[in-house]
Amino acid sequence: MIHVENKDLVIPGQILADDEYYSGRGTFKENGKVCSSLLGRVSLRNKKIRVIPLKSKYVPKKGDVVIGKIKDVRFSMWDLDINSPYSGILPAFEVFGREKKELNKVYDVGDVLFLRVVDVDEIKKAKLGLKGRGMGKFKGGIIVDIAPTKVPRLIGKKGSMINMIKDKTNCKIVVGQNGLVWVKGNEDMEQLTREIIHLIEAEAHTSGLTNKIKNKLYMAIDGELPPEEVEETEEEFVLEKPKLQNFKEELEQEELEQEEKEAEEESAEETNEKKEKPDISEVIEEFKRKNKSKDGSLSYSDNSNNSFILNNK
Amino acid sequence: MSDIIRDDGRKFDELRPIKIEAGVLERADGSAYLEVGGNKILVAVYGPRESYIRRLLEPNTGVIRCRYNMAPFSVDDRKRPGPDRRSSEISKITADALRPALMLENYPRSMIDIYIEVIEAEGGTRCAGITAASVALVDAGIPMKDIVVGCAAGKVYDEIVLDLSEKEDKEGQADVPIAMMPRTGEITLLQSDGDLTEEEFAKAIDLAMEGCRKVNEIQKEALMKKYSIE
Amino acid sequence: MEIVPEITRRSIENLVENDKREDGRALDEYRDISIETNVISKAEGSARVKIGGTQVIVGIKPQLGSPFPDTPDLGVLMTNCEMLPMADPNFEPGPPSDDSIELARVVDRGIRESELVELDKLCVEEGKHVWMLFIDLHIIDNCGNLFDACELAVMAALKTTKLPVATIVDEEVVLSEDETFDLPINNELALCTFVKIADKIVIDPTLSEEKVASARLNVGVTKDGHICSMQKGGKEPLTKDDILFAVNMAVTKTKELIEHL
Repeated sequence: MIHVENKDLVIPGQILADDEYYSGRGTFKENGKVCSSLLGRVSLRNKKIRVIPLKSKYVPKKGDVVIGKIKDVRFSMWDLDINSPYSGILPAFEVFGREKKELNKVYDVGDVLFLRVVDVDEIKKAKLGLKGRGMGKFKGGIIVDIAPTKVPRLIGKKGSMINMIKDKTNCKIVVGQNGLVWVKGNEDMEQLTREIIHLIEAEAHTSGLTNKIKNKLYMAIDGELPPEEVEETEEEFVLEKPKLQNFKEELEQEELEQEEKEAEEESAEETNEKKEKPDISEVIEEFKRKNKSKDGSLSYSDNSNNSFILNNK
Repeated sequence: MSDIIRDDGRKFDELRPIKIEAGVLERADGSAYLEVGGNKILVAVYGPRESYIRRLLEPNTGVIRCRYNMAPFSVDDRKRPGPDRRSSEISKITADALRPALMLENYPRSMIDIYIEVIEAEGGTRCAGITAASVALVDAGIPMKDIVVGCAAGKVYDEIVLDLSEKEDKEGQADVPIAMMPRTGEITLLQSDGDLTEEEFAKAIDLAMEGCRKVNEIQKEALMKKYSIE
Repeated sequence: MEIVPEITRRSIENLVENDKREDGRALDEYRDISIETNVISKAEGSARVKIGGTQVIVGIKPQLGSPFPDTPDLGVLMTNCEMLPMADPNFEPGPPSDDSIELARVVDRGIRESELVELDKLCVEEGKHVWMLFIDLHIIDNCGNLFDACELAVMAALKTTKLPVATIVDEEVVLSEDETFDLPINNELALCTFVKIADKIVIDPTLSEEKVASARLNVGVTKDGHICSMQKGGKEPLTKDDILFAVNMAVTKTKELIEHL
């Protein structure tokens, strides 16, 4: 017996199904019932129930790409804020190898970097590295902050959303899986992109969002709607690693291949059912599956009326 | 006895008018606003976040810290700002009442801060604080086994009644605030002060649990209203 | 203290240099302002003010007390501010911080120096009994520019404060149970807060603008255009021209703010 439907909004403690169903991430089993542990949307596949959270703090995971801010420089490492309950460290040898250099001459407090999570230790501290395309310090641009659970929507099917924004605004955009986004371009376009990203975050649950954003972009930039309405395709969604067009030309083919290999390993990990923690790959996987369905969007919402009225006497 | 009418016109098992709103603050990770009778309560949740108070952290799970505070203007005679013995005790029992529902194994060595501000008090603020805090925790995306809910029953003019007003609390003979996890009916907070027979206590706890279930429906509605799609 | 990323600092400075801001406002433009009064039934005066995402609640409670020896026939004003830890992840529980005390004192100074509360009418019996007004500010959401939000809240609450009528019967103070009187107010005031970013003066700063600003200036102006309080804050100096420019703008902008009351 099941008490909910796919995509239903559920809250912690809510009974979702009876014993014959399997308890996936965001759920737990108690007294023969599958219950939700989160505020989120039901994801039902065969007999397995999961709950995809509406909000969730970023917890570092090996292989993720993140944007981090240097908060301290120490003897042999940098301390980074990665928009998470857990901080990250970038060891000096990840940057210099065996060479000895003064750390703060290279990256100093307040610098923002694009990094990869190389490893996560037992207390969830993330060891960070810079091996990968376009990794390193950002020069110029702005940082936009969104809920990490909304990252897949910002990227879109096969990068459809993010690429459309990049093309139209001519901005370089880098998305960290920890919910931080770097945008660089013309000053006005940077601000427009910030607005657009926040709009996507707020309306991540609505269907036809890609077209809506497209119209908004065209209106803001050209003052008129795009020539034709493009139907959102129903292809299978694959998360591409955020692309860094024209950013840091010195990428090597070797690194590319390495990255692809890692990506494959990652997707292999994603299908591993034993993992329990709700994380970004979960959401991505969810999207892959969801996008086979008709409107291709997950139903998120956090922008309903925020009235908060204290009663007048 | 079911037809007794109380000072404010309520039946013995009737709650004061109650209203809850989720997600009312910009900065906090989660928040809620609650009004019940003349009480106005605002709760903010921050976390899970890194904490520098190492002695409070646990290697295998996240921990919560709770601060219940009354605004100086929330009561008839201005209250001096800052913690006192009463608010420290309520902070502690509130954390104890919420903790059994939290599932923080995925956030070891992290801290969740719950700030309960009583903007206006009219009897029953500890239960109202717990009820609002649970909604704020859900709003913050914290994993939980259930939504904890608080409600009190008590004895006024020798009758067992639900959800005492400030006046009833002052004039009454006993007050039994409880908090529970509605799905399993497990009780996470229980206090009692005043004079009750064993039967009266049993009646009070049944009534308070029934009240909790009603308030729980309002909690759920508030969350659904905030997050459901039009 | 939270570290502002270098690129965020640059971006805000570049915008201001081109007379722009992150939220699209002009340099001399306020965010949306909303004011609600009588929000706390148990307080004799109260208000909730929002400026953008910033939100404060103020409650005013009167108490009978003894006057100060040097002003035996005047009532007493006490302003206190709690920067609640709920309002900002960087606010800590505990006794008021220096920032919180400065905020309360700047807000208080405007009210006190403009003499808009007729303190002589708060005297019940000279030398013995006067009304003491406790103005308690509760900061519940900090998205920048707490100063102006607090001053507006206090002004709005004072305007709606009602006190019980007190009389002396047989040398004892007797408070009327149903008779009240409006707190006597003879003027209005607003505070305008400016910050200096990239050599320009910006009004009503957001949190990130406050963080990158080199200096701050609060200017309190009464309804009739008189400057009644000022405070310079921040690490860097201001020039005389900066100050005169800000004062000039404050005289215009406070009129707009007072219209919200």
